[in-house]
Amino acid sequence: MINIQEKLFQNRYRVDDGRPHIRIRNPEICTEDCQSQACTYACPAACYTLEGKAVTLTTDGCLECGTCRIICSEHQNVDWAYPRGGHGILFKFG
Amino acid sequence: MTEKFDAIVVGAGPAGNAAAYTLASAGLKVLQLERGETPGTKNVQGAILYSDALERIIPDFRNEAPLERHIIEQRMWVLDDDSAIGTSYRSEAFSSDRPNRYTILRAPFDRWFSEKVRAAGALVICETTVTELLQEGGRVVGVRTDREEGDIYADVVILADGVNSLLARKAGFHGELDPRNVALAVKEIHFLPEETLQGRFNIKGSEGVVIEIAGAVTHGMVGTAFLYTNRESITLGIGCLLSDFKKTRVPPYALLEELKQHPAIAPLIEGGEMKEYAAHLIPEGGYKAIPKLYGEGWMIVGDSAGLVNAAHREGSNLAMTSGRIAAETVIALHGKGLPCSQENLAVYRAALDESFVMKDLKKYRELPEVLHGNPHFFSVYPKLFNRAAHTMLTVDGEDKHSKEKTVRRSFVEQRSLLGLMGDAYRMWRATR
Repeated sequence: MINIQEKLFQNRYRVDDGRPHIRIRNPEICTEDCQSQACTYACPAACYTLEGKAVTLTTDGCLECGTCRIICSEHQNVDWAYPRGGHGILFKFG
Repeated sequence: MTEKFDAIVVGAGPAGNAAAYTLASAGLKVLQLERGETPGTKNVQGAILYSDALERIIPDFRNEAPLERHIIEQRMWVLDDDSAIGTSYRSEAFSSDRPNRYTILRAPFDRWFSEKVRAAGALVICETTVTELLQEGGRVVGVRTDREEGDIYADVVILADGVNSLLARKAGFHGELDPRNVALAVKEIHFLPEETLQGRFNIKGSEGVVIEIAGAVTHGMVGTAFLYTNRESITLGIGCLLSDFKKTRVPPYALLEELKQHPAIAPLIEGGEMKEYAAHLIPEGGYKAIPKLYGEGWMIVGDSAGLVNAAHREGSNLAMTSGRIAAETVIALHGKGLPCSQENLAVYRAALDESFVMKDLKKYRELPEVLHGNPHFFSVYPKLFNRAAHTMLTVDGEDKHSKEKTVRRSFVEQRSLLGLMGDAYRMWRATR
């Protein structure tokens, strides 16, 4: 098991507390309708985790790539925006 | 802010900076908006800088830009589980006084480029996210930002907001990216003492090596990996199509870990200190996936326009070139007192068509489809090539004729004679 948190720990973030920039539109769709739940393994920062059949999203470690929005092509259940200016990931090297 | 600008550029990556610099240098009143704390903090690339594209914008960039190493050697490796076969090209000619390619770190490089944009006279505002385009009567007239009273107006808006291209999508200029047309790449940077790095890669001074990698490390997915030498660090990454990640269910960071542990790679990064982990999407749909590039009062450049030559791993040069050409289009119209209407901005597309940007993308227009339809290019062939090399290079008393027969049989068994010929034809057709 790879500890993704160890990787993300090296990164610099300015988290916009209480204002996540990505939301799951309707959590029921993830639980009831989505077969693949692709976000739970394709997100490079493992922001999406499975708890039973439910998908939980924590955006703190987000790398702002856009994978979750595009991979949810069948259900389009990801409401995706960039964080407010100056917030989110701050790459040191890029 | 009620003042009006000649042009607003959204984003401070290679495309946006090229556009803003060119516009400001011509004396136009330019506003550039960037959502990062400073330019570069949101930007991710391998990263290779192609000198020619930047030279056409800032001829003497070598004197001041933060460059890591100039590339004198390119290796191409095809991996099996515990082996690698490859080719390389190395030349002293790449160490001229005007080297052709450099490795760079995007955060410091973009910050430098942005300082040039400011010095040229543009107003650059960071920590500001553009949330939508302002339209009046079917014409883009400005942008809305996440700042208070954040509406700003301009004669033209140049969209250089990157691969996700949220603004053009929101405005309905084009649709969502297809998972088959976009790759997800993840990478790490590992720091090592300069002498260690020079020894491991057989280089001196600021010479550098790049290794492009295909094969077993992508689990049969359409994708490649890379290893670039920086001054005191190594960038190592791997990227595959999103549609393939969805199929294989392999997490991208798991691929990266396997790559780091491959016996051909592990010794090169051993002892390095990992200091950043990044992920980024790359638009790889090519020519056929290029959206509409201009309209009433707007143009789109760089990654947001899908201008990436995936076959040659080129993108930042297409970005800078498209940004420059978009700016030159606006400058010419401004000089004649003409509006940035859809009709007048058509010059931008025509000039791009005449440049290497569209010529190269057109050359490889069939490649994405061919790769989708032929996953064995990334699974079967890497194994066959590695095993062939292993057979031929193992001296064990078996005669060479018999060895060649074994190799031939392995290819025919896996792909059949017709299959092999078909593959050769398809590859030719996709790259002619």
